[in-house]
Amino acid sequence: MDFGPYLMLAMLEGAVLASVLALMASGLSLVFGVMRVVNVAHGEFYMLGAVMAWAVTSFIGGGPALAFIAAAILAPLLVGGLAAVADMVILKRLNYDPERTIVATIGLLYILQQATLMTYGADARPVVPPFNHRIALPWVEWGEGGLSFYFPWGLSTTSYKLFVIGAAVVLIAALRLFMTRSKAGLIMRATQLDGEMATAFGIPVERVYAAVFGVGAGLAALAGVLIVPIQQAHYLMGGDALLLSFIVVIIGGLGSLAGTIVAAVLIGMSDGIISVFFSPTLAKILATLAVALVLVFRPQGLFGGKGR
Amino acid sequence: MSVILQTRGLSRSFSGLPAVHEVDFDLPQHEIRALIGPNGAGKTTFVSMLIGRLPPSSGSITFEGRDVTALPAPKRVGLGMAYTFQITSVFGKLTCHENVALAAMRRLGGDAKAVEAEVREALTRVGLADRAADVAGDLSYGHQRLLEIAMGLAQRPRLLILDEPTQGLAESEIADFKALIRALKAETTILLIEHNMSVVMELADRVTVLNFGEVLAEGTPQGIHASRAVQAAYLGTGTEEA
Amino acid sequence: MTARYYWGLHLGLIALLFAGHFVLPAYQHGNVARIMVLAVYAMGYNIAFGYTGLLSLGHAMFFGAGMYGMGLLSYHFDAGALPAMAAGIVAGVVLSLVVGLLALRTAGVSFMIVTLMFSQALAMTLVYFRDITRGDEGFVIPSATRRLWGMDLSDEAHRYLIAWALFSVVLIFTLWLVRHRWGRVFVALRENEERASLLGYDAFRTKLGALVISGTISALSGAAYALLFGYAGATFAGVQYSIFPLLWVLLGGAGTVLGPFVGALFMFYLIDLSSGVTDAYMLIAGVALVLLTLFLPHGLVGEVKRRLWRDLP
Repeated sequence: MDFGPYLMLAMLEGAVLASVLALMASGLSLVFGVMRVVNVAHGEFYMLGAVMAWAVTSFIGGGPALAFIAAAILAPLLVGGLAAVADMVILKRLNYDPERTIVATIGLLYILQQATLMTYGADARPVVPPFNHRIALPWVEWGEGGLSFYFPWGLSTTSYKLFVIGAAVVLIAALRLFMTRSKAGLIMRATQLDGEMATAFGIPVERVYAAVFGVGAGLAALAGVLIVPIQQAHYLMGGDALLLSFIVVIIGGLGSLAGTIVAAVLIGMSDGIISVFFSPTLAKILATLAVALVLVFRPQGLFGGKGR
Repeated sequence: MSVILQTRGLSRSFSGLPAVHEVDFDLPQHEIRALIGPNGAGKTTFVSMLIGRLPPSSGSITFEGRDVTALPAPKRVGLGMAYTFQITSVFGKLTCHENVALAAMRRLGGDAKAVEAEVREALTRVGLADRAADVAGDLSYGHQRLLEIAMGLAQRPRLLILDEPTQGLAESEIADFKALIRALKAETTILLIEHNMSVVMELADRVTVLNFGEVLAEGTPQGIHASRAVQAAYLGTGTEEA
Repeated sequence: MTARYYWGLHLGLIALLFAGHFVLPAYQHGNVARIMVLAVYAMGYNIAFGYTGLLSLGHAMFFGAGMYGMGLLSYHFDAGALPAMAAGIVAGVVLSLVVGLLALRTAGVSFMIVTLMFSQALAMTLVYFRDITRGDEGFVIPSATRRLWGMDLSDEAHRYLIAWALFSVVLIFTLWLVRHRWGRVFVALRENEERASLLGYDAFRTKLGALVISGTISALSGAAYALLFGYAGATFAGVQYSIFPLLWVLLGGAGTVLGPFVGALFMFYLIDLSSGVTDAYMLIAGVALVLLTLFLPHGLVGEVKRRLWRDLP
């Protein structure tokens, strides 16, 4: 009983990261897929979600569970609303020109990040999880004397981490249902296929875009709310998250939701596993280089079909 | 007369559908050849393969005795081929002068005086000399077409491929265009995709007719005009000009 | 307008900055020296972005390559100023060549992301090998390197003059380049790549040339910055330093020779003034980026070029 249990723990940590990443990257992928906009400020919406979760939980009483539920509802709504306004005030006026929107979202990144620094400050602040039971992990091994069962043996996870994984699975399933079954989702997909055609059929493309940008940001904020009881909220936390979601979206194939989720699991798990056993910086360097090379040699992503 | 351009079995299909099929084509030097055919006959696909914008599915292209099938477009231009776009594709934000200078510069290099002389001559020949300082994007459609032709001339190509050069030109401009092409005959070989039958009849030494991606007929303008097969191909679409 | 006027304009700026050496008060004197070195970086960026249309989000890797190529040779081997500078420039040439060969297979948004990723990888690598690079802390350039032809480069006056000389050389080079046929082909590629190819220009090789020139000038600036101001650090290879030249060039005017300097000057003082008021000085950069893309897409000098002086190079 030496290597195996640690691997299991690493995979569990990886699954938590993968869940949060899948949520956040789905937002990025949705925005790119429908609007063809690379939203560099996406990491800041994640950060805002975490910071707002802190704000909501510190101002609402009634115990950590109630406060957390309030945060999980309010933070995505507020962040999504803010993003929709940013879309209407800035991106719409740039006619969604790909390069100019990237420059503008870089500007938005600094505005959100620095405004948070001015108001929330430079400290990292924790949020109390709604529940947090220690769950000792069992380990089963085929030894000399047949099957042996170790419990407890020292390593454990928490109920909240398991909840994050479950919540992400439910939310992503809901997003998929929303995109494939609901009328709003159909409209979004129609706009994705052909904006001009959608206009011709009377779809209010401008409002769809604002909604998509809002929903994308809301997903990032929700990921931020989920992660903040595990990691603290900090005004610079968006940078790494953005880099990882970029990696996920590119590996998964730009704009493909299913590919994005597969990639999130892959990257999240391997990042979790690698950073338990190796230096996280080295892992990040290699992952970043690998992703750049994927874009150069396989721009449709590792899981995408033929290039778009 | 030696053959400057030759294709053998040149084919190209798009997702299984053949757009050009097994075309054998010979173009002798100093000939003006018209390429005609109904819409969708594969004319633009064919010349796109000649200049290297589109790789062929199979077959070969020989230019001045050299197999150029695998060469990228800039290399073919370097060998003396030139192409003017069907849909005008000038540098819209640059002046007419700069557009033509870019065309002349590749051949003449850093010799500023030679480039200057070449630009002036090319613009004069198409009748745009007084527009040299104008921004190309501000020109009328017809003038942009003439600018395209000037860019072709300034390259001094040995083979000039003109894709529907008279489309959108006024009658008087078409008359000037005819005179210009006749004057060019001494200097170069010209392959002309053309819908305007009066231009074809007056200018072309020979005519090649494409239909459904294959060579339907080839001959003198008069012979083609009289050919029943060609008439049938065009009558299918109802007009002589198709 | 004839060539005499714009040569006059650009040489006039150079003369003005030289005069600045004698009349500027000490604090501004130091600022302008710094701005001139940063403007070299912006001019390098402008060749790729402004003239050739290659929007890179990773030029900090070239700035950083120059800085560390210079700095590491100095720090570990006590190299003199000239060999150390040469090492910085070589690092820039090699890196821009390698990055160009890979990244130029992509275009548009992919090119932006690929350059961003390569640059991030380099910045993280600098932090990771802390035994060699001193990681996040960075290091001070030894004084042995900061001497050139008997001049002490930590001296304010020498520093200003070297920065001025470097700025002047790169400004004149840029002016020459963009009037030269290479520069004109860069613009042709920016405007319509397919048309340029069918005029016989090899798009890939030309863009590679533009990127290597751009990366090398950026590296030159990074090396000079460390040499003159005495410090090399990983922040200079970070995302922020990829965004800065984009900001300067956009503000001043992409595709104009004077734009990068004007943009760097304005932004430097904007941030300098606001950092006296708040720690969140990058807020100004963010607001400026958004306002520029919305209301002044051609930049300051770009507006002048568009409205008043269309032949301005």
